[in-house]
Amino acid sequence: MKEIHVNQIVDAVEALCMKAAYDLPKDAEDRIAACAKQEESEFGKYIFDQILENVRYARENDYPICQDTGAAVFFIEVGQDVHITGGSLEDAINEGVRRGYTNGYLRKSMVIDPVFNRKNTGDNTPAIIHTFIVPGNELKITILPKGGGSENMGKLAMLPPSAGLEGVKKFIVDAVKTAGGNPCPPVIVGVGIGGTMEKTTLLAKKALARKVGEPNPNPQYAQLEKELLEEINNTGVGPQGLGGRITALAVHIEYFPAHITGLPVAVNLNCHAARHAEVVL
Amino acid sequence: MSETKKITTPLTDEVIANLKTGDRVEITGVIYTARDAAHKRLLEEYAETKKLPFDLKGQIIYYVGPCPAKPGQALGSAGPTTSYRMDAYTPEILKLGLKGMIGKGQRSQEVKDAMVENKAVYFAAIGGAAAIISKSIKKAEVIAYEDLGPEAIRRLEVEDFPCIVVTDAEGNDLYITGPEKYAR
Repeated sequence: MKEIHVNQIVDAVEALCMKAAYDLPKDAEDRIAACAKQEESEFGKYIFDQILENVRYARENDYPICQDTGAAVFFIEVGQDVHITGGSLEDAINEGVRRGYTNGYLRKSMVIDPVFNRKNTGDNTPAIIHTFIVPGNELKITILPKGGGSENMGKLAMLPPSAGLEGVKKFIVDAVKTAGGNPCPPVIVGVGIGGTMEKTTLLAKKALARKVGEPNPNPQYAQLEKELLEEINNTGVGPQGLGGRITALAVHIEYFPAHITGLPVAVNLNCHAARHAEVVL
Repeated sequence: MSETKKITTPLTDEVIANLKTGDRVEITGVIYTARDAAHKRLLEEYAETKKLPFDLKGQIIYYVGPCPAKPGQALGSAGPTTSYRMDAYTPEILKLGLKGMIGKGQRSQEVKDAMVENKAVYFAAIGGAAAIISKSIKKAEVIAYEDLGPEAIRRLEVEDFPCIVVTDAEGNDLYITGPEKYAR
């Protein structure tokens, strides 16, 4: 049994919030740079240049890459041999977010109530926390700050099994095409297939936490990711929706067994600022 | 890609007539920030008092909710937010004299029709290039609805603020013509 005090979690989360906002991970930057070389449109090339310059400028000066520093989405893997002491895990994460977003000069984007009281909470809490119990004695914290523009373009379909592979592909490509310039393309397309309604949307979100462009280990799904990327890039939407070769940087699919009656599919889009950061305690 | 056109605010009809879909533009002068929450309040305030916290005539509204300024900055990172959320309010705002909007993403047909009617322009700034965009913002002050936090209305002084004309005053739309060229 390993003991982890909540203060360690607060400190780690504070640092993660800032790191994620300022410092685009290498995998995302490398993928953007590789795709930039394939872009043919003049506006597309200009936009790629600006995006890459912005990434470097933000990193060098500790400035947020994007003003939408997101809802603070967390994936927490708690080893079953870990004992958290000194308080609650949820409170510790929210305290870390409060400090990280305040001390890091990040934008606070959460409102108190979605319908009846849209007043800003003032410190970007509450965080959106997904916790998983896993074997081992480590606590792994992953933050995926999620911008609203791309999040709003998410889609869910509870398809009938008769829709099959073609139905799944059509739904995904249409979702990206209809989104157009809204989610700040070039995007990363997170896809969940299977499970139940909430499972498939969570899979789509989890797919966005993968290293950008890393294929699914299952060769059938890796192939599907490749085909979808090609079809999406053939829509012509292009960088920022102004037309071009590159609409998406990558398609990431996560799948799960499904009920005999269903074929759920969820699409969760992420902008090119594919921010994520993780730490293991 | 065309030469960059340098323009200053407030916008005159002459300047607007010269801006065409696909032009790269650099804006210098005063612009105002407002997102959907501020648009809603502006129209509520106008309905009640027939007054607005700033004169909209000839002005540009930038759809942005910026990050707080770090020491030494006028304003923190400040890229565009998605424009369709303002569509419900835009035709009425245009009637009050607004001439330009900066945001990202496609607008409704109602907005585009209202732009033609009122001779206004819609510019796109690059979503997610927020840190370098903030370099062109030299001064920022909250002038209304401070309680909205990042969504408050700010008066910005900008120099060579970079953007692209997406929809001109004739209703041409790069979000339609651009992708058509590259669709396979």
